[in-house]
Order: sequence, then structure tokens, then C-alpha cells
Amino acid sequence: MVDRNSQAAIVGIGQTEFSRNSGRSEQQLMAEAVLAALDDAGIDPKDVDGCLTFDLDHSDEVDLMRNLGCREIKYTLRTPQGGASSVTTLVHAKKAVESGFCDVMVVWRAMNERSAYRFGQPNLQIQPNGKSSTFIEWCMAYGAQTPAVWEALSCGPYMNRYGVTSEDLGRIAVLLRQNAATNPNAWFYGKPITLEDHQNSKWIVAPWLHLLDCCQESDGGVALVITRMDRARDTKSRPARILGAEYAFLNNHEIISDYYEGDLTDLEVSRRVTERLTKAAGISPRETNVAMIYDNFTPQILRQTEGFGFCGRGEAKDYIRDGHMDLDGRTPLSPNGGLMGEAYIHGMNNITEGVRQLRGLAANQVKNVETVFCASGVAGAILGL
Amino acid sequence: MTGAAMKEGAVSDVNPNPNRPDPIMTVDGAPFWRAANEGRFVAQKCGGCGRLWHPPRPICPECRSKDRQEQPLSGRGTVISWVMPIHPPAFGFDQPPVVALVEVEEGLRFVTNVENVAPQDMRFGMKVEVAFATTRGGHKIPVFHPAKEG
Ligand SMILES: [Zn+2]
Repeated sequence: MVDRNSQAAIVGIGQTEFSRNSGRSEQQLMAEAVLAALDDAGIDPKDVDGCLTFDLDHSDEVDLMRNLGCREIKYTLRTPQGGASSVTTLVHAKKAVESGFCDVMVVWRAMNERSAYRFGQPNLQIQPNGKSSTFIEWCMAYGAQTPAVWEALSCGPYMNRYGVTSEDLGRIAVLLRQNAATNPNAWFYGKPITLEDHQNSKWIVAPWLHLLDCCQESDGGVALVITRMDRARDTKSRPARILGAEYAFLNNHEIISDYYEGDLTDLEVSRRVTERLTKAAGISPRETNVAMIYDNFTPQILRQTEGFGFCGRGEAKDYIRDGHMDLDGRTPLSPNGGLMGEAYIHGMNNITEGVRQLRGLAANQVKNVETVFCASGVAGAILGL
Repeated sequence: MTGAAMKEGAVSDVNPNPNRPDPIMTVDGAPFWRAANEGRFVAQKCGGCGRLWHPPRPICPECRSKDRQEQPLSGRGTVISWVMPIHPPAFGFDQPPVVALVEVEEGLRFVTNVENVAPQDMRFGMKVEVAFATTRGGHKIPVFHPAKEG
């Protein structure tokens, strides 16, 4: 474990507005979000020497540098697995700055996935290739063509074994939308839903996913700035130390289309990450004060809540029904409203909310936050003051 | 289950989806699709150690052999997951398909469709047997039907 001075910290967070039509290029969203994060940190854009995003993002490192005016990048990386990589970015950013590979790392995600290409609908341009999409070959001809279908097919065995009902899923959607309703930054600000609304919303993929089990598609950009604590002394905002960040990628497992290996009711990858993360951070996810868990679809919350050790297998629906993840519960879930309620910036806006919670500046501020857990299925991180 | 879409799709021998997309074929996946087009449901079999693999791959992870052979499969399997895409409709499907994950007797799993079944009769653990559906371009691809009794 590195000493506190050499430890990585998120020192800047930035974003654009979240919308259904940004009206400008993805490159511009990227640059605006990164510049906002650097401004939040009080770091000169010319000092950026590392940058990182994950696959399916269309912006380019060359353009990032042209917009920022940074002179020399020493470290760049694009990680696989789409949004599951959102928390993985923290794993790499932490190692990159702690090792001295680079000093100021920016992480971004910026897409016009609503106005430009409808991320959630069948995409006939998609090809089986190295963009985490080789599985397309085995799915397209069978009508498994959207993230919702891939997710529903993979969660089925879990839902079936533990008798999870649509109302169980609905309670998650209601909770997240309730949090979003009091977050002015959220797309669904002022728009809470009832369990009845959830039940009445149209089928996206029967028999598991109603419309209100799915996050919306959003235009927007989010960025983070990560540096070491010694450098963070000069920054404007209070640093959020990355106490631990771990991820795992297991043989014969895909991400959203995880069909081929082992017991599909178990999220083995999350359990393995939890073990290593607890060791690295010195506390377990369950002991943190806020849980920012990737919520592209409601069943993911159940499976990850169990996978990351908040409760036992099959218990997540009861754990949530009993209020343990409410805003005033044991470990509040995504006080910003999550990806369902705030925006779907592929998990990155859940990390920025984690940082706001630590700073004490969130719209739905949880009391006495000292640590935050961020998760995206294959990756977990614990942030602390 | 509720919703009109779940109650449609009566059992019939007529191809419910003549506009079904053709398979996307990669170099390494093509042998599977070519066999299917000839009416054979096969797995990749390693010429070195005899293990079966799906999805196909150029090198056996057990023995490193590049010798790829074909193993006809029994075509009998069990539904371990199933769903119906309703909105947006699946591209190329006039009727919402039953998309299923089927584990065959040989232990491999396939994303596929179950046809000749009313959606309300779909069950986890249901026994199914292979059949072939025709895509818009005239390719035959493996799908499944409920297994006949006995
Ligand atoms: Zn072999």
C-alpha cells in the first residue's frame, strides 16, 4: 500500500448538462467536461499528461490535446467492456499516477447517444470486433440486438431461482427516481414515480424489463481529474482519495451477454473484486457510507448488491425492500438518482456523485460521509477523505 | 405475464419471421453457420484433445491445437433463460421472437430462438430440440422447438 502522500485522489470533477439533444459534437462535450473538471481542480490544462476513456467512446486523444492545449501525454489507455469499465478507469488512473507514469490524469466519457444514434436500439452497423462486441455474431440473427435484451437474458436465471418479482425491481426504480426527483442536476428532477407507474410502463423485454427498469439514453459528458495527494495540496477542491480500486475479467465471461460459463445466478466477478478491494482499502464495500452501483437496468442492482457483499445470495430484493439502501438507510444507493434518474453517462456520473458526497456538496447529501463505494459490475473502488 | 404481445404468436408451421437477419459470419465462426446452412447443428471439436467449444475459436485453450473439427450435436437441450424483445421490436422480426439460452446435452450453451411455442407456455428448464429457421437471405440457422414427448 502506498503512503498517503503518494496516494491517488480524484481532485476534479466536471460535466456538461445532461440532455436528449446536446446540439454540439461529442468532441466538444468531451472538452467541456474535461475543462470543467480541471477548473474544479484548479489545474492548468497544459499540465495534463495522461488521459483515459473506455471503448465505444468516439472522441479522440489527439482532439483532447488540441482542445486543452496540453503539451505532452505520457500515458493513454482505452479499456474494454463499455460502461462496465467506468469504475475500471479508477483502477488504471490510480496505478498510473501512483507509479509516476503520469502526474495529472484525466478520465472522460462524452457521447450523443440519444440524439445521434439511440444507444438502446438495434444497431445494424455494429460488427463483431474488438470493441467488446464479438458476441454480436451469436445474437443478431436471433433478435438479441439491444442492451436490454442481452441483460434480460443474462438475469433470467437469477430472477427465476430467487423468485424476484417485477414489483421487487420496481422498488429499485422508485427509489432511484425518488432520489433524482430532488436532484436539480438530474434529467428526472421533479419527476418521481410510483410502483404503479412502474408496473404500468410498457414492456421493453418480457418477462423482466419494463420501460422503468431501464436507464434512459442521455447526451452529455463527464470527466474526472486524478493526481497524487502530494500534488493535490494545491488543488481547489477537497481531494477524494482512491483507497482501493480493483477489477477482474474472468475466462469465458462476457459483460452484458454473460451466458457461457458457470452458474448464471452468481456474480463471481464481483465477489472476487470485493475480496481484493477490501484488502486494498482496509474496509469492505458494505462498511462504506454510500453505494454508487451501476444501474443500467434494475436487476443489476440486485446482482451487484449481492456480489459486492452487502447481503447474502438471493437476499437483495428483501434488503432493498427493508429500506437498507434508502437515502436514510444503512448504505444509501446512488443519492443522485443513479444512471436511471440522473443520466446515463455510462457510469461516470455515479463516480462524480461519489466525490460530491465526500465533499459534502451533493444535492441529496448523506450525513457524515467518510467513504463511498463505486461499482460497475467487474470493478469496484472505495473513495475516502 | 401481461401485454397483448405475449398472447400473440399462435403455434404454427409457417415461418413466423421471413425477414429474420442473416447471420453475421466471422472467419472463425463461419464453419458453424455453414454447417447449419446444410442442416447440421454442430460444435467445434478440437482435433488435438477432443473437447467441444462454443463460441468457436482458432486455438484450443486446453491443448493449443489449431486442428478444428466438427462434432454433430444431439440437438437436445434445456432452456436455461428466455425473454421476448417487445420494444423496440427486434430488427427483421415481424413477430416478437422468444430469445433463449439453451444448454445442450453436450454441455455447451447457445443463444437461440424457441419457436413453435406460445410465449405463455415458455418455462425455465423446458426441454427443447433443434430445428432450423430460414433467414431473409435464405440461410438456415439453428433454432429450437419444444421437445416431443418421449
Ligand atoms: Zn484441444
